[in-house]
Amino acid sequence: MNIVVCVKQVPDTTEIRIDPVKNTLIRQGVPSIMNPFDKNALEEALQLKEQYGGAVTVISMGPEQAKATLREALSMGADKAYLVTDRSFGGSDTYATSYILAKVIEKLGPFDVILGGKQAIDGDTGQTAPSIAEHLGIARLTHVLSIKIEGKKCIVEREIEEGVEIVEAKLPILCTATKETNKPRYATIKGKIDSLKAEIENITLADLPDMDVTKIGLKGSPTRVKSTFTPKRQSCCEMLEIINPRETARMLFGKLADAKIL
Amino acid sequence: MSLLYTDEQKALIALVKEMAENEIKPHVQELDEKGECPKDLFKWAFDMGLHMLEIPEEYGGTGLSYETTAMIFEELAKVDAGYAITLVTTFVALRNVILSGTPEQGKYFADIIGKGNFAAFALTEPNAGSDPAALRGTAVKDGDDYILNAAKTFITNGEIAALFVGFFKTDPAAGHKGISAFIVDADAAGITIGKHENKMGLRLSNTTDVTFENVRVSASSMVGPEGSGFKLALNALNLSRAFVATMAVGIMQRALDESVKYAKERKQFGQPIIKFQMVQQMLADMAIKTEASRVLVNNTMRMMDNGSLVRKEGSITKTFVSDCAQEVTSNAVQIFGGYGYSKEYPVEKLMRDCKIFQIFEGANQIQRLTIANELEREYK
Repeated sequence: MNIVVCVKQVPDTTEIRIDPVKNTLIRQGVPSIMNPFDKNALEEALQLKEQYGGAVTVISMGPEQAKATLREALSMGADKAYLVTDRSFGGSDTYATSYILAKVIEKLGPFDVILGGKQAIDGDTGQTAPSIAEHLGIARLTHVLSIKIEGKKCIVEREIEEGVEIVEAKLPILCTATKETNKPRYATIKGKIDSLKAEIENITLADLPDMDVTKIGLKGSPTRVKSTFTPKRQSCCEMLEIINPRETARMLFGKLADAKIL
Repeated sequence: MSLLYTDEQKALIALVKEMAENEIKPHVQELDEKGECPKDLFKWAFDMGLHMLEIPEEYGGTGLSYETTAMIFEELAKVDAGYAITLVTTFVALRNVILSGTPEQGKYFADIIGKGNFAAFALTEPNAGSDPAALRGTAVKDGDDYILNAAKTFITNGEIAALFVGFFKTDPAAGHKGISAFIVDADAAGITIGKHENKMGLRLSNTTDVTFENVRVSASSMVGPEGSGFKLALNALNLSRAFVATMAVGIMQRALDESVKYAKERKQFGQPIIKFQMVQQMLADMAIKTEASRVLVNNTMRMMDNGSLVRKEGSITKTFVSDCAQEVTSNAVQIFGGYGYSKEYPVEKLMRDCKIFQIFEGANQIQRLTIANELEREYK
């Protein structure tokens, strides 16, 4: 079983404060962490490996400092890690990023299972991992709760709004993990020490000769950010007088119906 | 912090902190109240390898230095020293079997502990605390076996241990030279676990009586030569003294952390109490004692890493640190005022937890005796 996990280094949003005057994020001094959902994806990969054997490869696109996140993945038990990094990759949106990562996966593969988090906590788009499946032309299953491998296919439980969906799919498959998928393990002390000494290879544009360079970087990205802003929080409250419970409930129903909530 | 940490040490401390704060801390108050710690909660420590940190790699350990191991246990003790000491007792027992026993004995012991089990030292008896030479427990040779009989008390990990290193008189007339050490499986016939002590502090740590009644062990389970048990016990105590000191530093640091946080939040007379000079002095003194203790522990650990037995230095460290810890934790309660005396706040537990550090691994009075004896010898 060959498994690849896509991870992203993100600012720890629980540590981010908002500048009360400028209404912007204070990024200074905010520690970087592995995107929490990617940690769930990695945990799922490690469990699959424990159950079915094989190897877990981790890839991340980003600057040199993203190696800290790859080291963390190694400390938890991943076998190999690669940093996807090149000046020409800078400014890539989810389309370009997923295209580059798909090329990297093709180069390192073949893989039976590709895993990623359901979204990153910084951009929150949830597009990159599913788009990788599109570029590779394979099936994708998002928000998975469990993965069972049976020969050349897998049985996957997915979390959907109405409950749990059980799906059968052919391998290779791309799955995205959520907080509900599992509880990520801690690194062992030995794993942590080894990860600090591990060599992490860089994969650059030169390593990906069949890349269409018009599809990467800022120029290859169709997304244009017009502006960003912090939405104004608006809340108002209306107290209903309690005449009797039935009458108050009727009034409440009327209000909710007027507001088109019911 | 007072020490220079390597990047590796920083990473390991951060890892253990994350685990202890997320997985252990939420349960501590309830378990302290109950006076127990379920084995499940040690799964985290076993998975991480915290019971084998400084055990050599050929025995399945991580092979860390004493210095780094101590830093990790300080971090763990900040969350709960009782949890930490359960692991320390285990690896000190294993370490001493490796040091004093045969390679086969070391391997046997390490394999069982490595799988996620605890070990215990069975030394103390009701009438042999500070004076181990007064042991009454006996080991009598019977063919290729020994028959063990003893009533042991205050045995850390007594109820949960898979293995004991037990101390018995092979020659009752020979004083401390008549003591021999044996590896005993906890499920051997004739071992009875007595009552669990209802202790003042360190309540997550398991402490029981252990009775050996005609327990048969093979002669090959004797650790080291006959009559060398007392020496082994002293070596073990040198090691565990240094490690209990590092846990006391953890307790002190926690007391300081909680106190500063509280003193900045708590307002009286229109300002946070940290603005009052008398509170400032208490906090400053707490910081001074904590930092000095940490440096002293670190130095002892580095000496041990260099092969020193730290007979005097270990005694000095344990005594100084555990004495400081009384003042620091007592002042933490003082700074919290009435709230500090309440079990709803974390500091009264720190005060309860740290008292034992002046008593176990050799009472501080005995430590001072050792220090004075060493001085007398040095100045000859």
